[in-house]
Amino acid sequence: MFKIFSDLNRKALLNASIAMVLVIVLVYVGSRDLQNFDAALIAYLFGTVFAVFGIMYRYSVWVQRPPTRLYWRRTWKFVFSKRFFPYLGFVITQFVKNILFQRFIYPRGKSRWIGHFLLATGCMLAFAVTIPLTFGWIHFTLLPGTTDIYVAHVFGFAVSKFELGGLIAFNAFHILNWCSLFVIIGAILMMRRRLTNGGLIATQSFQDDWMPLVLLLAISVTGLGLTFDYSFMQGKTFEFMSVTHAITVILFLVWIPFGKFFHIFQRPAQLGTNVYRKEGERLGMAVCPHTGEAFATQLHVNDLKKVTRELDFNFDMEGGGSHLDYSPEGKRAALAKAQFAAREKEGSFFG
Amino acid sequence: MAAGPDSNFNPDMEFFVDMQRCIGCRACEAACAECETNGQEPMIHVNYVDRAHSVQTTVQVCMHCEDPACANVCPADAIAKDGNGVVHSANTSRCIGCSNCVLACPFGVPKKMEAAELMMKCNLCYDRTSVGKKPMCATVCPSGALFYGTREEIRKKRPNSDPVNTFKFGAQTVHTKVNIMMPKGSTELRVH
Repeated sequence: MFKIFSDLNRKALLNASIAMVLVIVLVYVGSRDLQNFDAALIAYLFGTVFAVFGIMYRYSVWVQRPPTRLYWRRTWKFVFSKRFFPYLGFVITQFVKNILFQRFIYPRGKSRWIGHFLLATGCMLAFAVTIPLTFGWIHFTLLPGTTDIYVAHVFGFAVSKFELGGLIAFNAFHILNWCSLFVIIGAILMMRRRLTNGGLIATQSFQDDWMPLVLLLAISVTGLGLTFDYSFMQGKTFEFMSVTHAITVILFLVWIPFGKFFHIFQRPAQLGTNVYRKEGERLGMAVCPHTGEAFATQLHVNDLKKVTRELDFNFDMEGGGSHLDYSPEGKRAALAKAQFAAREKEGSFFG
Repeated sequence: MAAGPDSNFNPDMEFFVDMQRCIGCRACEAACAECETNGQEPMIHVNYVDRAHSVQTTVQVCMHCEDPACANVCPADAIAKDGNGVVHSANTSRCIGCSNCVLACPFGVPKKMEAAELMMKCNLCYDRTSVGKKPMCATVCPSGALFYGTREEIRKKRPNSDPVNTFKFGAQTVHTKVNIMMPKGSTELRVH
């Protein structure tokens, strides 16, 4: 019965617990001893705290895997070295291009990129708004002595004011609706792909590929339903809308560590691999003994030899060297030559 | 990707490769690009073995290893083997384009699509094999270098050969789902 506890990864459990406590402390401090905390959002807070715990747990387990650990260590060692500064511009460009705009998806398909960009932008904007609201870091008050000026407070400090009914107010109060529209269009584009692409139909699963889209769609539709209700239905269905919206959002938050949404937290590793490759190119390239051409950085080949050994693979050859010293083309040629040699030895090339 | 075996996948059908029969026509490449799981990109490799000395070409599909090095070295957990023993192309949402799999695969199979920062590879035409059909390349190979069928069929076609799925790369032994045709009586192929 308690096997689950003995199977837990202690390091990950510790990191996850620290992250969870840190979030609770930040909520307490950031909301000024909870005086700015909106109690109506308590269920969302529980969902977020659970998500933080789960994400940190999975992330910690993930970075303990030998290949991930190697990249993780290499990246941080490099970031804290003086050689990192020339790459700062490169990292910022990559971040904007590949994280904010997910430009690497464009070569995989134009509508795929549009769909993903809308989903990602809608989600990121929504996170940026709802997390500070849920944590009590942001709240609004009426300017004393007025009935139409709103003041925005961040961590309890007044930072800006705007007129009710103005453009800023309209967008500030409807930003989650815009996010919902982005997500709905994005999810429909992605669902269309999944219904029409033969390759995806053959390999997709409900849990990994459809459920995330269905969840995002449900969150967005019920979210829009809230606005629809108080704008056009005099709040008659508010309870239903708010409860269904809360259920879908909390399901989403709880699901983040387990399913496809975890890729949001894995993706920044792509920046690390790009820097790793650039720095490796500076240090020197590996040349394939078969083709005589450079095929990868020597740093990468050497690191891979260490990682494969850690994973109980041993590609060392008897006469010295390693099979990993060969480029992919060299490896394919080596296999073909070995088969040819066996056929030649037998005296018949075709059997 | 589903972890369990697909009920429509025919476990009696196997892949048999005989590179010695490859004539370099690249029909398999054209057919491979038709595979819907690749997104119209050919994943099969056809190249000269040693162009300075020979016109011999070789053909390489994914060997679908029992314990795939590509999946083991993937830092993003993007490569998975399913219940049918098929090692799938990288999960597009996870792959970070690091090329670990490209360099670690002992058969030189995975390709890195540079612009898309994505690893892709042959996945046994899963859209076809998962419904009992043959992979595209095996349906068009004119010389018999690529054959997909039962052991019984290959035994009749190649009476003087035996399929081998154990490979030695230095100190490493690799067992695969895909077979390479070797002289009768062979049990393994030592590469280095």
